[in-house]
Amino acid sequence: MNIVNILEEIEKVDAEVYERLNPRRAAMKSFFNIGKKISLAAMPLALGSMFQKAYGQSTLPSGVADVLNFALALEYLEYHFYNHTIVGITKKNQDGSTNNSVTDVTFAFPNAASQAAITTIRDHEKAHVDLLVGALGSSARTPIAYADTDFRAGGAFSTVYSDYNTFLAVAQGFEDTGVRAYKGQAANLMAAPGVLQTALQIHSVEARHASHIRQMRTAAGSAVYKPWVSLGASGQANDSGVAAVDAVYAGEDLTVQAGANIVGIGGFSGITKAAAVESFDEPLDKASVVTIANLFLQSGKKLS
Amino acid sequence: MTMKNNELETKSELQEKSLFDKTVGRRSFLQYAGAGAAGIALVAAGCSKDRGYGNPTMNGATLDFKDDFGVLNYAYALEQLEAAFYIKVANSNTQFTGTNAAAKKAYFQDIQFHEIAHREFFKAALGTAAIGSLEVDFSSIDFTSEASVLATAMAFEDLGVAAYNGAGPRLKNGTFLLLAGKIVSVEARHAAYVRDIISNGSFADLNSLASLGANNSGGLDAALTPDKVLAVASKYIKTKINVINL
Repeated sequence: MNIVNILEEIEKVDAEVYERLNPRRAAMKSFFNIGKKISLAAMPLALGSMFQKAYGQSTLPSGVADVLNFALALEYLEYHFYNHTIVGITKKNQDGSTNNSVTDVTFAFPNAASQAAITTIRDHEKAHVDLLVGALGSSARTPIAYADTDFRAGGAFSTVYSDYNTFLAVAQGFEDTGVRAYKGQAANLMAAPGVLQTALQIHSVEARHASHIRQMRTAAGSAVYKPWVSLGASGQANDSGVAAVDAVYAGEDLTVQAGANIVGIGGFSGITKAAAVESFDEPLDKASVVTIANLFLQSGKKLS
Repeated sequence: MTMKNNELETKSELQEKSLFDKTVGRRSFLQYAGAGAAGIALVAAGCSKDRGYGNPTMNGATLDFKDDFGVLNYAYALEQLEAAFYIKVANSNTQFTGTNAAAKKAYFQDIQFHEIAHREFFKAALGTAAIGSLEVDFSSIDFTSEASVLATAMAFEDLGVAAYNGAGPRLKNGTFLLLAGKIVSVEARHAAYVRDIISNGSFADLNSLASLGANNSGGLDAALTPDKVLAVASKYIKTKINVINL
């Protein structure tokens, strides 16, 4: 992470950022020198606490804090979804310690590569959680525990932990929703360029995850799912083949961007409606994302 | 599908031909003007603020980062580069191998359409503020080699992600930021796909993207400032790109 770049971005809107971080600029040097000694794993937390000290717990603009807490809730959901699977199958926590408490995951990964991929994604989601918690400091929302979740979605996905294909279908829904959610909030972070930068860097990682999960689904079954969001088989916005997640793809079939019709643009007849849909991922508003997220949260724990 | 391909190839050839014609014209001009070597020039100040490619005093394309148009033209330049690459792949009939050869060919064609759509979108959106067509230099790429094509595609897609992520915070208009966001996640999907073809499971190997600004411990993707992106991309662009007000 390039802290210096982030500070420079913040400096554009807050010329006194260095002063806020420390009254004596010379002392900033010592921070960066210390930074070199902090283990990479601790960097997100170190960065988060640095911002906290700079702005104080109540001075992170409330709009920015709201966005980050919203993102944090989604990251908790994604993390628990994958972590439960990994722990259930490997009987090991992320730190390598033994955990035999998860007994309801009854499918097996078809090969080592799929387990490695889901582990990679789980680790990224955890990193996002830690990063956001660190950035929010005492403004961070109440943590979401696994017990607060319901990945069977009240029975809509009752086989999510017994059938690998269902698991992947739900995973695809999570990742594609995550991409849309971050995209939908980007403009709300413009007041804080450094935070926006970080959010964009999370956003594209979610897109990489989505691409890979879609390839895993194709590898695991008979249907083909493109790595990018395309049109559904009957021309509908949802290309996932799972009608229960229509809400995840609502509006993804947009073909006009900023007034320009992308179908056949520039005289290229090869740019069909499907190609136009694939070329641009669409955002999803917060209320729609909350509705989707709440399918996977226990009553009393739902987002508002 | 076949008909679509033919249509596209025909169109691509036309596009290439017209690009070629322009190229010859401009190259002659460059030789006449004695501006042989092209590349990326960072012009500090005092340079003409005209964005136009046709501006004879600049001999190239000017990206003026003083406002959002500069950022959008920067994206337009990169999309031109990517589109030209995938068009060249299609026209070179690169032989993909393995049991998934047909899928790879089909997906590379999909990506080609996406990049052309992005390019044409920026061209349309920028209107008279758009820079002209860039002349590319793909002499370092062996289009008959699947490995060479895949490695270049990965480099372009990862660089594209880094470029959009790094430039996003520069945008002052939320609509433009959203449009960039709509595109960057598609580039990230491409990047992950190409990476997986090369080495399954490397879709989000953030450690390998550290030089592009990624941070694995934070789960953060690549992000680079325009000067760093252009320094990498310049290898593939013959047209001189002038960067001002960065």
